[in-house]
Amino acid sequence: MIDIDNAGQVFGPAHAGGVRALDGINLAIRDREIVTLVGPSGCGKSTLLRLVSGLIAPTEGSISIDGEKVTAPRQDTGIVFQAPTLLPWATILENVMFPSTIMGRADDAARRRAQDLLKVAGIADFANHRPRQLSGGMQQRAAICRALVHNPSILLMDEPFGALDALTREVMTIELMRIWTATPKTILFVTHSIPEAVILADRVVVMSPRPGRIAEIIDVNLPRPRTFALAGDPEFQRCAERIRALIFGEQGVRFDVQH
Amino acid sequence: MSSTDLRRWFNASREFTVPLLALIVLIAVWEVAVRLFAIPEYLLPAPSRIFDDTAAMGGVVANHTLATLRTILFGFLLSIVVSLPLAVLIASSRIFADAIYPLLVLTQSVPKVAIAPILVVVLGPNELPRTIVTFLVAFFPLVISMTAGLLAVPPELIELSRSCRATKLQELTRVRLPYSIPFVFSGLKAAIALSVVGAVVGEFVAAEKGLGYLITSATAFFKVPVAFGAMLILAILGIVLFQLIVVVERIFFPWAAAEEPRS
Repeated sequence: MIDIDNAGQVFGPAHAGGVRALDGINLAIRDREIVTLVGPSGCGKSTLLRLVSGLIAPTEGSISIDGEKVTAPRQDTGIVFQAPTLLPWATILENVMFPSTIMGRADDAARRRAQDLLKVAGIADFANHRPRQLSGGMQQRAAICRALVHNPSILLMDEPFGALDALTREVMTIELMRIWTATPKTILFVTHSIPEAVILADRVVVMSPRPGRIAEIIDVNLPRPRTFALAGDPEFQRCAERIRALIFGEQGVRFDVQH
Repeated sequence: MSSTDLRRWFNASREFTVPLLALIVLIAVWEVAVRLFAIPEYLLPAPSRIFDDTAAMGGVVANHTLATLRTILFGFLLSIVVSLPLAVLIASSRIFADAIYPLLVLTQSVPKVAIAPILVVVLGPNELPRTIVTFLVAFFPLVISMTAGLLAVPPELIELSRSCRATKLQELTRVRLPYSIPFVFSGLKAAIALSVVGAVVGEFVAAEKGLGYLITSATAFFKVPVAFGAMLILAILGIVLFQLIVVVERIFFPWAAAEEPRS
Protein backbone atom coordinates (compact mmCIF):
# COMPACT_ATOMS: atom_id res chain seq x y z
CA MET A 1 0.00 0.00 0.00
CA ILE A 2 1.43 3.33 -1.11
CA ASP A 3 0.05 6.34 0.69
CA ILE A 4 0.73 9.77 -0.75
CA ASP A 5 -0.42 12.29 1.81
CA ASN A 6 -0.78 15.92 0.72
CA ALA A 7 2.60 15.77 -1.02
CA GLY A 8 4.01 18.90 -2.66
CA GLN A 9 7.31 19.66 -4.29
CA VAL A 10 8.98 23.00 -4.85
CA PHE A 11 12.29 23.06 -6.71
CA GLY A 12 14.66 25.80 -5.61
CA PRO A 13 14.08 28.17 -2.69
CA ALA A 14 10.43 29.31 -2.56
CA HIS A 15 11.31 32.90 -1.61
CA ALA A 16 13.57 33.19 -4.67
CA GLY A 17 10.90 32.15 -7.13
CA GLY A 18 11.14 28.39 -6.64
CA VAL A 19 9.26 26.31 -9.19
CA ARG A 20 6.28 24.48 -7.78
CA ALA A 21 6.14 21.07 -9.47
CA LEU A 22 3.50 19.37 -7.33
CA ASP A 23 0.75 20.67 -5.10
CA GLY A 24 -1.40 18.83 -2.58
CA ILE A 25 -1.24 15.33 -4.04
CA ASN A 26 -3.36 12.77 -2.20
CA LEU A 27 -3.39 9.25 -3.54
CA ALA A 28 -3.60 5.79 -2.03
CA ILE A 29 -2.48 2.87 -4.17
CA ARG A 30 -3.59 -0.58 -3.15
CA ASP A 31 -1.34 -3.65 -3.26
CA ARG A 32 -1.11 -5.26 -6.72
CA GLU A 33 -2.96 -2.35 -8.29
CA ILE A 34 -1.81 -0.82 -11.58
CA VAL A 35 -2.06 2.96 -11.50
CA THR A 36 -1.04 5.05 -14.48
CA LEU A 37 -0.14 8.72 -14.26
CA VAL A 38 -1.01 10.66 -17.38
CA GLY A 39 -0.85 14.35 -18.17
CA PRO A 40 0.83 16.95 -20.35
CA SER A 41 4.56 17.57 -19.94
CA GLY A 42 5.34 19.68 -16.92
CA CYS A 43 2.51 18.28 -14.80
CA GLY A 44 4.98 16.74 -12.36
CA LYS A 45 4.14 13.09 -13.04
CA SER A 46 7.81 12.05 -13.16
CA THR A 47 8.47 14.08 -10.02
CA LEU A 48 5.66 12.23 -8.25
CA LEU A 49 7.21 8.91 -9.29
CA ARG A 50 10.60 10.03 -7.96
CA LEU A 51 8.99 10.99 -4.64
CA VAL A 52 7.51 7.50 -4.32
CA SER A 53 10.88 5.94 -5.27
CA GLY A 54 12.61 7.88 -2.51
CA LEU A 55 15.10 9.40 -4.96
CA ILE A 56 13.89 12.85 -3.91
CA ALA A 57 12.13 13.90 -0.73
CA PRO A 58 8.89 15.90 -0.86
CA THR A 59 9.13 19.48 0.36
CA GLU A 60 5.59 19.19 1.73
CA GLY A 61 3.49 16.31 2.98
CA SER A 62 4.74 12.74 3.05
CA ILE A 63 4.85 9.41 1.22
CA SER A 64 4.61 6.14 3.04
CA ILE A 65 4.76 2.55 1.92
CA ASP A 66 3.09 -0.05 4.16
CA GLY A 67 2.94 2.56 6.89
CA GLU A 68 6.66 3.39 6.72
CA LYS A 69 7.64 6.89 5.70
CA VAL A 70 9.77 6.91 2.51
CA THR A 71 13.03 8.76 3.13
CA ALA A 72 15.39 6.95 0.74
CA PRO A 73 15.16 4.32 -2.03
CA ARG A 74 13.76 1.07 -0.63
CA GLN A 75 14.55 -2.57 -1.29
CA ASP A 76 10.93 -3.38 -2.09
CA THR A 77 10.72 -0.99 -5.05
CA GLY A 78 12.11 -1.46 -8.53
CA ILE A 79 12.38 1.39 -11.00
CA VAL A 80 12.42 1.55 -14.80
CA PHE A 81 13.50 4.78 -16.46
CA GLN A 82 12.62 6.16 -19.88
CA ALA A 83 16.08 5.23 -21.20
CA PRO A 84 17.31 1.67 -20.56
CA THR A 85 20.33 3.13 -18.64
CA LEU A 86 22.28 -0.10 -18.91
CA LEU A 87 25.94 -0.15 -17.93
CA PRO A 88 27.81 -0.32 -21.28
CA TRP A 89 30.70 -2.35 -19.84
CA ALA A 90 28.55 -5.05 -18.28
CA THR A 91 26.82 -7.96 -20.00
CA ILE A 92 23.02 -8.08 -20.07
CA LEU A 93 23.05 -10.67 -17.28
CA GLU A 94 25.39 -8.53 -15.14
CA ASN A 95 23.18 -5.53 -15.81
CA VAL A 96 20.09 -7.40 -14.70
CA MET A 97 21.95 -8.54 -11.58
CA PHE A 98 23.09 -4.98 -10.79
CA PRO A 99 20.60 -4.30 -7.95
CA SER A 100 21.45 -7.66 -6.35
CA THR A 101 25.16 -6.93 -6.72
CA ILE A 102 24.79 -3.53 -5.06
CA MET A 103 22.69 -5.01 -2.26
CA GLY A 104 25.35 -7.68 -1.72
CA ARG A 105 23.08 -10.54 -2.71
CA ALA A 106 24.50 -11.58 -6.09
CA ASP A 107 24.31 -15.28 -5.23
CA ASP A 108 23.27 -18.29 -7.30
CA ALA A 109 19.62 -17.71 -6.47
CA ALA A 110 19.81 -14.16 -7.82
CA ARG A 111 21.58 -15.43 -10.93
CA ARG A 112 18.93 -18.04 -11.54
CA ARG A 113 16.23 -15.45 -11.03
CA ALA A 114 17.93 -13.08 -13.48
CA GLN A 115 18.16 -15.89 -16.05
CA ASP A 116 14.49 -16.77 -15.54
CA LEU A 117 13.50 -13.13 -16.02
CA LEU A 118 15.56 -12.91 -19.21
CA LYS A 119 13.75 -16.03 -20.42
CA VAL A 120 10.36 -14.49 -19.66
CA ALA A 121 11.41 -11.30 -21.46
CA GLY A 122 12.56 -13.37 -24.45
CA ILE A 123 16.18 -12.19 -24.37
CA ALA A 124 17.81 -15.17 -22.64
CA ASP A 125 20.00 -15.74 -25.71
CA PHE A 126 21.57 -12.33 -25.19
CA ALA A 127 22.56 -12.81 -21.53
CA ASN A 128 26.25 -12.55 -22.35
CA HIS A 129 25.96 -9.74 -24.91
CA ARG A 130 26.80 -6.11 -24.23
CA PRO A 131 23.93 -3.59 -24.30
CA ARG A 132 25.09 -1.95 -27.53
CA GLN A 133 24.60 -5.25 -29.37
CA LEU A 134 20.86 -5.16 -28.55
CA SER A 135 18.03 -3.13 -30.09
CA GLY A 136 16.32 -0.39 -28.07
CA GLY A 137 13.34 -2.62 -27.31
CA MET A 138 15.54 -5.48 -26.10
CA GLN A 139 17.57 -3.07 -23.95
CA GLN A 140 14.39 -1.82 -22.31
CA ARG A 141 13.29 -5.43 -21.68
CA ALA A 142 16.61 -5.94 -19.89
CA ALA A 143 15.98 -2.77 -17.86
CA ILE A 144 12.59 -4.16 -16.79
CA CYS A 145 14.23 -7.47 -15.81
CA ARG A 146 16.71 -5.47 -13.77
CA ALA A 147 13.93 -3.68 -11.92
CA LEU A 148 12.34 -7.06 -11.09
CA VAL A 149 15.44 -9.04 -10.15
CA HIS A 150 15.29 -8.39 -6.40
CA ASN A 151 11.57 -9.30 -6.51
CA PRO A 152 10.22 -5.93 -5.39
CA SER A 153 6.56 -5.67 -4.48
CA ILE A 154 6.35 -2.22 -6.14
CA LEU A 155 7.38 -1.42 -9.69
CA LEU A 156 7.82 2.25 -10.62
CA MET A 157 7.97 2.98 -14.34
CA ASP A 158 8.80 6.41 -15.74
CA GLU A 159 7.63 6.44 -19.36
CA PRO A 160 9.43 3.13 -19.86
CA PHE A 161 8.24 2.69 -23.45
CA GLY A 162 8.47 6.35 -24.43
CA ALA A 163 11.61 5.94 -26.50
CA LEU A 164 10.34 2.89 -28.39
CA ASP A 165 8.59 2.79 -31.76
CA ALA A 166 4.80 2.46 -31.73
CA LEU A 167 4.75 -1.26 -32.59
CA THR A 168 7.37 -2.32 -30.05
CA ARG A 169 5.54 -0.17 -27.56
CA GLU A 170 2.29 -2.14 -27.89
CA VAL A 171 4.12 -5.45 -27.66
CA MET A 172 5.92 -4.30 -24.51
CA THR A 173 2.69 -3.08 -22.92
CA ILE A 174 1.08 -6.46 -23.44
CA GLU A 175 4.19 -8.25 -22.15
CA LEU A 176 4.24 -6.09 -19.04
CA MET A 177 0.66 -7.17 -18.30
CA ARG A 178 1.65 -10.79 -18.90
CA ILE A 179 4.49 -10.45 -16.35
CA TRP A 180 2.10 -8.73 -13.95
CA THR A 181 -0.40 -11.60 -14.29
CA ALA A 182 2.34 -14.15 -13.51
CA THR A 183 3.73 -12.19 -10.54
CA PRO A 184 1.28 -9.46 -9.52
CA LYS A 185 2.89 -6.30 -8.18
CA THR A 186 1.85 -2.77 -7.40
CA ILE A 187 2.72 -0.77 -10.50
CA LEU A 188 2.91 3.01 -10.77
CA PHE A 189 3.34 3.83 -14.44
CA VAL A 190 4.00 7.28 -15.90
CA THR A 191 3.08 7.81 -19.54
CA HIS A 192 1.78 10.42 -21.90
CA SER A 193 0.12 7.94 -24.16
CA ILE A 194 -3.60 7.88 -23.40
CA PRO A 195 -4.30 4.38 -24.88
CA GLU A 196 -1.32 3.00 -22.92
CA ALA A 197 -2.61 4.62 -19.73
CA VAL A 198 -6.09 3.10 -20.18
CA ILE A 199 -5.12 -0.38 -21.34
CA LEU A 200 -2.73 -0.92 -18.40
CA ALA A 201 -4.58 0.68 -15.56
CA ASP A 202 -6.96 -0.26 -12.82
CA ARG A 203 -7.08 3.49 -12.24
CA VAL A 204 -5.79 6.35 -14.37
CA VAL A 205 -4.62 9.43 -12.47
CA VAL A 206 -4.97 12.43 -14.78
CA MET A 207 -2.78 15.36 -13.80
CA SER A 208 -2.93 19.02 -14.72
CA PRO A 209 0.14 21.22 -15.03
CA ARG A 210 1.57 24.29 -13.27
CA PRO A 211 1.42 23.41 -10.50
CA GLY A 212 1.04 19.64 -10.86
CA ARG A 213 -2.28 18.60 -9.34
CA ILE A 214 -4.52 15.56 -9.65
CA ALA A 215 -7.34 16.59 -12.00
CA GLU A 216 -9.31 13.37 -11.74
CA ILE A 217 -8.93 9.69 -11.02
CA ILE A 218 -10.66 7.41 -13.51
CA ASP A 219 -11.59 3.80 -12.78
CA VAL A 220 -11.06 1.51 -15.76
CA ASN A 221 -13.60 -1.31 -15.65
CA LEU A 222 -12.19 -3.57 -18.32
CA PRO A 223 -11.71 -7.31 -17.87
CA ARG A 224 -8.21 -8.79 -17.72
CA PRO A 225 -6.25 -10.15 -19.52
CA ARG A 226 -6.42 -7.19 -21.87
CA THR A 227 -5.17 -6.59 -25.37
CA PHE A 228 -5.24 -3.57 -27.64
CA ALA A 229 -8.30 -5.13 -29.29
CA LEU A 230 -10.17 -3.62 -26.34
CA ALA A 231 -9.55 -0.19 -27.83
CA GLY A 232 -12.93 -0.54 -29.57
CA ASP A 233 -14.72 -1.30 -26.28
CA PRO A 234 -17.15 1.42 -25.13
CA GLU A 235 -15.55 1.46 -21.64
CA PHE A 236 -12.12 2.04 -23.19
CA GLN A 237 -13.57 4.82 -25.36
CA ARG A 238 -15.27 6.40 -22.36
CA CYS A 239 -12.03 6.48 -20.33
CA ALA A 240 -9.91 7.73 -23.22
CA GLU A 241 -12.42 10.48 -24.08
CA ARG A 242 -12.64 11.57 -20.45
CA ILE A 243 -8.80 11.80 -20.21
CA ARG A 244 -8.69 13.75 -23.45
CA ALA A 245 -11.35 16.12 -22.18
CA LEU A 246 -9.44 16.67 -18.94
CA ILE A 247 -6.16 17.36 -20.74
CA PHE A 248 -7.39 19.37 -23.73
CA GLY A 249 -10.59 20.82 -22.24
CA GLU A 250 -14.20 19.81 -23.03
CA GLN A 251 -14.35 21.73 -26.27
CA GLY A 252 -10.73 20.93 -27.14
CA VAL A 253 -9.50 19.12 -30.19
CA ARG A 254 -11.44 15.90 -30.80
CA PHE A 255 -9.89 12.83 -32.33
CA ASP A 256 -11.27 9.38 -32.89
CA VAL A 257 -9.43 6.83 -30.82
CA GLN A 258 -7.96 4.38 -33.28
CA HIS A 259 -5.56 1.87 -31.83
CA MET B 1 44.73 -15.77 -56.48
CA SER B 2 42.24 -14.03 -58.72
CA SER B 3 42.23 -10.30 -59.26
CA THR B 4 39.20 -9.85 -56.99
CA ASP B 5 40.99 -11.75 -54.21
CA LEU B 6 43.95 -9.47 -54.67
CA ARG B 7 41.73 -6.42 -54.53
CA ARG B 8 40.03 -7.69 -51.40
CA TRP B 9 43.35 -8.38 -49.74
CA PHE B 10 44.52 -4.90 -50.65
CA ASN B 11 41.36 -3.32 -49.25
CA ALA B 12 41.55 -5.31 -46.03
CA SER B 13 45.14 -4.34 -45.35
CA ARG B 14 44.91 -0.87 -46.80
CA GLU B 15 45.11 0.99 -43.50
CA PHE B 16 48.45 -0.75 -43.04
CA THR B 17 49.90 -0.92 -46.54
CA VAL B 18 49.17 2.63 -47.69
CA PRO B 19 51.11 4.40 -44.92
CA LEU B 20 53.90 1.84 -45.29
CA LEU B 21 54.19 2.54 -49.02
CA ALA B 22 54.16 6.29 -48.34
CA LEU B 23 56.99 5.85 -45.86
CA ILE B 24 59.07 3.80 -48.27
CA VAL B 25 58.58 6.41 -50.98
CA LEU B 26 59.57 9.19 -48.57
CA ILE B 27 62.77 7.38 -47.55
CA ALA B 28 63.65 6.70 -51.18
CA VAL B 29 63.12 10.37 -52.15
CA TRP B 30 65.22 11.44 -49.17
CA GLU B 31 68.05 9.07 -50.08
CA VAL B 32 68.05 10.09 -53.75
CA ALA B 33 67.82 13.82 -52.94
CA VAL B 34 70.75 13.72 -50.51
CA ARG B 35 72.95 11.89 -53.05
CA LEU B 36 71.79 13.88 -56.07
CA PHE B 37 72.32 17.32 -54.50
CA ALA B 38 75.36 16.19 -52.48
CA ILE B 39 73.88 17.59 -49.25
CA PRO B 40 76.57 17.62 -46.52
CA GLU B 41 76.01 14.97 -43.88
CA TYR B 42 75.96 17.46 -40.98
CA LEU B 43 72.95 19.18 -42.59
CA LEU B 44 70.94 16.17 -43.65
CA PRO B 45 72.41 12.67 -43.61
CA ALA B 46 71.05 10.05 -46.01
CA PRO B 47 68.86 7.29 -44.50
CA SER B 48 71.47 4.69 -45.41
CA ARG B 49 74.17 6.68 -43.61
CA ILE B 50 71.95 7.10 -40.53
CA PHE B 51 71.35 3.36 -40.49
CA ASP B 52 75.03 2.44 -40.98
CA ASP B 53 76.40 4.84 -38.35
CA THR B 54 73.74 3.95 -35.79
CA ALA B 55 74.12 0.21 -36.41
CA ALA B 56 77.90 0.54 -36.07
CA MET B 57 77.45 1.49 -32.41
CA GLY B 58 74.50 -0.88 -31.91
CA GLY B 59 75.36 -2.05 -28.39
CA VAL B 60 75.84 1.49 -27.09
CA VAL B 61 72.64 2.71 -28.77
CA ALA B 62 70.72 -0.24 -27.29
CA ASN B 63 71.90 0.73 -23.79
CA HIS B 64 70.85 4.33 -24.32
CA THR B 65 67.47 3.16 -25.62
CA LEU B 66 66.92 0.98 -22.55
CA ALA B 67 67.84 3.88 -20.26
CA THR B 68 65.32 6.16 -21.96
CA LEU B 69 62.66 3.44 -21.95
CA ARG B 70 63.17 3.08 -18.20
CA THR B 71 62.69 6.80 -17.63
CA ILE B 72 59.60 6.87 -19.86
CA LEU B 73 57.99 3.93 -18.06
CA PHE B 74 58.83 5.19 -14.54
CA GLY B 75 57.49 8.65 -15.37
CA PHE B 76 54.40 7.17 -17.03
CA LEU B 77 53.68 4.85 -14.09
CA LEU B 78 54.16 7.72 -11.66
CA SER B 79 51.65 9.77 -13.68
CA ILE B 80 49.09 6.97 -13.42
CA VAL B 81 49.68 6.43 -9.71
CA VAL B 82 49.28 10.15 -8.98
CA SER B 83 46.54 10.98 -11.50
CA LEU B 84 43.97 8.36 -10.61
CA PRO B 85 43.51 9.25 -6.93
CA LEU B 86 43.84 12.94 -7.77
CA ALA B 87 41.06 12.69 -10.35
CA VAL B 88 38.84 10.80 -7.90
CA LEU B 89 39.37 13.55 -5.30
CA ILE B 90 38.74 16.34 -7.80
CA ALA B 91 35.59 14.64 -9.06
CA SER B 92 34.18 13.95 -5.61
CA SER B 93 34.89 17.23 -3.85
CA ARG B 94 34.05 20.69 -5.15
CA ILE B 95 36.32 22.32 -2.55
CA PHE B 96 39.24 20.07 -3.40
CA ALA B 97 38.70 20.76 -7.10
CA ASP B 98 38.71 24.53 -6.50
CA ALA B 99 41.87 24.24 -4.42
CA ILE B 100 43.82 21.97 -6.73
CA TYR B 101 42.90 23.22 -10.21
CA PRO B 102 44.94 26.46 -10.10
CA LEU B 103 47.95 24.45 -8.89
CA LEU B 104 47.53 21.98 -11.73
CA VAL B 105 47.33 24.76 -14.27
CA LEU B 106 50.41 26.34 -12.68
CA THR B 107 52.42 23.14 -13.13
CA GLN B 108 51.39 23.20 -16.78
CA SER B 109 52.17 26.85 -17.44
CA VAL B 110 55.77 26.54 -16.19
CA PRO B 111 57.93 25.22 -19.05
CA LYS B 112 59.27 21.83 -18.04
CA VAL B 113 62.67 22.66 -19.56
CA ALA B 114 62.86 25.43 -16.95
CA ILE B 115 62.02 23.13 -14.05
CA ALA B 116 64.45 20.38 -15.05
CA PRO B 117 67.75 22.08 -14.03
CA ILE B 118 66.25 23.16 -10.71
CA LEU B 119 65.10 19.60 -10.02
CA VAL B 120 68.59 18.30 -10.77
CA VAL B 121 70.08 20.67 -8.19
CA VAL B 122 67.45 19.74 -5.61
CA LEU B 123 67.27 15.98 -6.22
CA GLY B 124 70.79 15.26 -7.47
CA PRO B 125 71.99 14.08 -10.87
CA ASN B 126 70.25 10.73 -10.95
CA GLU B 127 67.16 8.94 -12.32
CA LEU B 128 64.76 10.81 -10.02
CA PRO B 129 64.71 14.33 -11.58
CA ARG B 130 64.27 12.77 -15.05
CA THR B 131 61.37 10.66 -13.83
CA ILE B 132 59.80 13.71 -12.15
CA VAL B 133 60.14 15.80 -15.32
CA THR B 134 58.56 12.98 -17.34
CA PHE B 135 55.76 12.79 -14.81
CA LEU B 136 55.21 16.57 -14.88
CA VAL B 137 54.90 16.56 -18.65
CA ALA B 138 52.68 13.48 -18.82
CA PHE B 139 50.25 13.53 -15.89
CA PHE B 140 48.15 16.59 -16.74
CA PRO B 141 46.08 15.23 -19.64
CA LEU B 142 45.55 12.04 -17.64
CA VAL B 143 44.11 13.92 -14.65
CA ILE B 144 41.96 16.08 -16.89
CA SER B 145 40.52 13.29 -19.01
CA MET B 146 39.94 11.00 -16.05
CA THR B 147 38.19 13.76 -14.08
CA ALA B 148 36.08 14.48 -17.15
CA GLY B 149 35.18 10.78 -17.33
CA LEU B 150 34.17 10.57 -13.68
CA LEU B 151 31.99 13.65 -14.06
CA ALA B 152 30.53 12.65 -17.44
CA VAL B 153 28.51 9.78 -15.94
CA PRO B 154 24.91 10.37 -17.11
CA PRO B 155 22.62 11.42 -14.25
CA GLU B 156 20.35 8.46 -15.08
CA LEU B 157 23.13 6.00 -14.17
CA ILE B 158 23.70 7.82 -10.87
CA GLU B 159 19.95 7.75 -10.24
CA LEU B 160 19.92 4.02 -11.04
CA SER B 161 22.71 3.31 -8.57
CA ARG B 162 21.00 5.45 -5.93
CA SER B 163 17.71 3.65 -6.51
CA CYS B 164 19.56 0.38 -5.82
CA ARG B 165 20.70 1.93 -2.53
CA ALA B 166 24.35 2.05 -3.57
CA THR B 167 26.77 3.70 -1.15
CA LYS B 168 29.03 6.53 -2.35
CA LEU B 169 31.90 4.04 -2.54
CA GLN B 170 29.82 1.58 -4.59
CA GLU B 171 28.74 4.41 -6.85
CA LEU B 172 32.43 5.18 -7.44
CA THR B 173 33.63 1.62 -7.97
CA ARG B 174 30.58 0.20 -9.76
CA VAL B 175 29.53 3.15 -11.90
CA ARG B 176 31.88 6.14 -12.04
CA LEU B 177 35.23 4.34 -12.37
CA PRO B 178 34.12 1.85 -15.04
CA TYR B 179 32.32 4.63 -16.88
CA SER B 180 35.53 6.67 -17.01
CA ILE B 181 37.65 3.88 -18.53
CA PRO B 182 37.29 5.10 -22.15
CA PHE B 183 38.31 8.57 -20.94
CA VAL B 184 41.23 7.11 -18.99
CA PHE B 185 42.50 5.40 -22.11
CA SER B 186 42.32 8.54 -24.19
CA GLY B 187 44.31 10.22 -21.38
CA LEU B 188 46.79 7.32 -21.26
CA LYS B 189 47.44 7.67 -25.00
CA ALA B 190 48.23 11.36 -24.60
CA ALA B 191 50.32 10.63 -21.49
CA ILE B 192 52.51 7.96 -23.09
CA ALA B 193 53.31 10.22 -26.04
CA LEU B 194 54.18 13.06 -23.64
CA SER B 195 56.25 10.70 -21.46
CA VAL B 196 58.64 10.26 -24.39
CA VAL B 197 58.94 14.05 -24.66
CA GLY B 198 59.42 14.41 -20.90
CA ALA B 199 62.12 11.74 -20.71
CA VAL B 200 64.13 13.40 -23.48
CA VAL B 201 63.78 16.85 -21.88
CA GLY B 202 65.08 15.36 -18.64
CA GLU B 203 68.02 13.74 -20.44
CA PHE B 204 68.90 16.96 -22.26
CA VAL B 205 69.40 18.69 -18.93
CA ALA B 206 71.23 16.10 -16.90
CA ALA B 207 72.06 12.59 -17.91
CA GLU B 208 75.00 10.38 -18.68
CA LYS B 209 72.92 7.95 -20.68
CA GLY B 210 69.71 7.84 -22.67
CA LEU B 211 68.73 8.80 -26.21
CA GLY B 212 68.38 12.48 -25.27
CA TYR B 213 71.93 12.41 -23.97
CA LEU B 214 73.05 10.57 -27.13
CA ILE B 215 71.55 13.32 -29.30
CA THR B 216 73.27 16.14 -27.38
CA SER B 217 76.62 14.35 -27.25
CA ALA B 218 76.48 13.20 -30.89
CA THR B 219 75.66 16.69 -32.19
CA ALA B 220 78.44 18.15 -30.01
CA PHE B 221 80.85 15.99 -32.03
CA PHE B 222 79.03 16.61 -35.34
CA LYS B 223 78.02 12.96 -35.48
CA VAL B 224 74.72 14.09 -37.02
CA PRO B 225 73.75 10.67 -38.50
CA VAL B 226 73.85 9.13 -35.00
CA ALA B 227 71.71 11.98 -33.64
CA PHE B 228 69.22 11.33 -36.45
CA GLY B 229 69.31 7.63 -35.60
CA ALA B 230 68.55 8.36 -31.94
CA MET B 231 65.71 10.63 -32.99
CA LEU B 232 64.18 7.94 -35.20
CA ILE B 233 64.47 5.37 -32.41
CA LEU B 234 62.59 7.79 -30.15
CA ALA B 235 59.86 8.11 -32.76
CA ILE B 236 59.58 4.32 -33.08
CA LEU B 237 59.56 3.99 -29.29
CA GLY B 238 56.70 6.49 -29.09
CA ILE B 239 54.67 4.71 -31.75
CA VAL B 240 55.21 1.25 -30.24
CA LEU B 241 54.28 2.36 -26.72
CA PHE B 242 51.20 4.17 -28.01
CA GLN B 243 50.10 1.09 -29.96
CA LEU B 244 50.69 -1.09 -26.87
CA ILE B 245 48.09 0.98 -25.03
CA VAL B 246 45.70 0.67 -27.95
CA VAL B 247 46.17 -3.12 -27.87
CA VAL B 248 45.71 -3.33 -24.08
CA GLU B 249 42.45 -1.39 -24.41
CA ARG B 250 41.17 -3.57 -27.25
CA ILE B 251 41.99 -6.79 -25.41
CA PHE B 252 40.86 -5.93 -21.88
CA PHE B 253 38.20 -3.28 -22.50
CA PRO B 254 36.79 -3.91 -25.98
CA TRP B 255 33.58 -2.04 -25.07
CA ALA B 256 35.68 1.01 -24.10
CA ALA B 257 37.44 1.16 -27.46
CA ALA B 258 34.00 1.53 -29.03
CA GLU B 259 32.85 4.19 -26.55
CA GLU B 260 35.97 6.31 -26.43
CA PRO B 261 35.35 10.06 -26.74
CA ARG B 262 36.73 11.54 -29.92
CA SER B 263 39.54 13.91 -29.07
